[in-house]
Amino acid sequence: MMAQFSQFRLKGLVFLALVVFALPLFISNPFHYSLATQIALIAGAVVGLNLLVGFAGQISLGHAGFFGIGAYFSGIMTSNYGWSAIPALIVGAVGVAIIAWVVGRPILRLKGHYLSMATLAVGFIIAIILNNEREITGGPDGMPVPSFDVFGWELSVFGQYSLFGMEISGDLAWYLFAGVVLLVAVWLAQNLIDSPIGRALRSVHGSEVAASVVGVNTAKYKSLVFVISAVYASVMGALYGHFQGFITPSVASFDFSILLITMVVLGGMGSTIGVIIGAVVLELLPQLLADFQEMEMVLFGLILMLTMIFMPKGLLPTAANFLAKRRSKAAGGDA
Amino acid sequence: MTALVEVNNLSKAFGGVHAVEGVSFSVEAGQVYSVIGPNGAGKTTLFNLITGLYTPTSGEVKLNGESIAKLQPNQLAERGMCRTFQQMQICMNMTAIENVMLGRHLTLKSNLLTTLFRLPALTRGEKAARKTSAELMEFVGCGEYLDTEASAMSYGALKRLEIARALAAEPKVVLLDEPAAGLNAVETAALEDLIRKIAEQGITVMLVEHDMKLVMGISDRLLVLNYGRVLAEGTPEQIRTNPDVIAAYLGG
Repeated sequence: MMAQFSQFRLKGLVFLALVVFALPLFISNPFHYSLATQIALIAGAVVGLNLLVGFAGQISLGHAGFFGIGAYFSGIMTSNYGWSAIPALIVGAVGVAIIAWVVGRPILRLKGHYLSMATLAVGFIIAIILNNEREITGGPDGMPVPSFDVFGWELSVFGQYSLFGMEISGDLAWYLFAGVVLLVAVWLAQNLIDSPIGRALRSVHGSEVAASVVGVNTAKYKSLVFVISAVYASVMGALYGHFQGFITPSVASFDFSILLITMVVLGGMGSTIGVIIGAVVLELLPQLLADFQEMEMVLFGLILMLTMIFMPKGLLPTAANFLAKRRSKAAGGDA
Repeated sequence: MTALVEVNNLSKAFGGVHAVEGVSFSVEAGQVYSVIGPNGAGKTTLFNLITGLYTPTSGEVKLNGESIAKLQPNQLAERGMCRTFQQMQICMNMTAIENVMLGRHLTLKSNLLTTLFRLPALTRGEKAARKTSAELMEFVGCGEYLDTEASAMSYGALKRLEIARALAAEPKVVLLDEPAAGLNAVETAALEDLIRKIAEQGITVMLVEHDMKLVMGISDRLLVLNYGRVLAEGTPEQIRTNPDVIAAYLGG
């Protein structure tokens, strides 16, 4: 039974579901719910970025740009043009897909540092536009975003909802919604990885030459995964805006792009559950270090540095490796 | 019978260095055709030109009568040409069988929708691909490694794995670049058997190889290159007795 489960391809998703639904038993404070919701939404974007970085071996240092477009498009359409949130989210995602496709075709021919610089530039351009188009985006001051609605039914942190006969607060409702969105995001990503398309993506990372001689059109697959990861960012960005109720161009900033990449690298490139742990750690760490005040950033940097030196594969893969070694030792193996 | 692979007056210059110059030959379907020559003779460059990794400076390559010199490697795979490498190209981030299943890429028609929602059509295709790949791994002699991480496999096993991946694409012609390099005598003998078995299935095999015993034993025809030019072409018997070849190899 246990052995069977350890072979199950969605075991990570099952664990994640348990954690997501068990968490409300341990927290009740609105601030904690708000933090958990925020983490879940950002983790969703990180899962998408991991498809590009961890599996296909490409990099994007401008991914916050796509997150920002999603957030602003949904925000602008719902507040200024009276759109409902779902169509705004979908149209925004389609727009981001088109932008990512058009931008991705030429820049994904680049490799290594050159690709980093090109994606960095894409992120900067988006952030500059959001900062400068004051009339539409509110500029550096940001803009308010109406609460999320599904065909007239409104989801607000201030609301009261009933779920399966239970009265729940708006904070909890948002948290559960974000948790389910994250689970769906992970499920879709896992399905993509365990497929011929996923194999083609991983082969681009493993050996582009090998991929091409067996018929993989590597340029096409690189663009495809760039588009998919950009759509992930856009959707999560849109939800993030509605949840926060207010957005500033910082959602598309360089700092945020770097934070997203760091979450992928810290959690473990190519490990879907690992990168979620990366997101959780990097969102919680500043909260835990808040007591150290001005030393906060120093400690933050130190923790990151030490992790990179001693666990270059990331938190989860390193931990899994350690456990596997322990187990084979216990079983009398000579590993 | 028309030639499956036809090379006409093919040249490649890197700056002032003529790595391959005015090479012409043709390979008929079902043959085992070997390219030999001293180090630096241009054998691997010739393979890279034929398989689309390099663009020729002049001349043309035809596969089944179609000119292919300007096509990308993945387009050549679609037309039935596949290869292995002297410097092995294995995806070390995957398991052994996943590497072979990658070879099934062109036969697996999958769209984004069936993939994202993992519809039954996808799982059926994957099951079939896994079965075929496992059989191929058995065929080349690395069947015991199925779910082993490629990074944990031995050099000899990886060489066979690369051949299995090429065969998984169901090629008409497969080009093997120094498959015996780094193998011991026993492994080389096994490789010779394997190449024979591949040829028996009607797959044309082109070979770049240093091991003379292997090459002379299994080739239908050979091409000898020296300094990028054709020194001789013919059956193993003709090559063995050709005075130019003897001079190039023994320094006459």
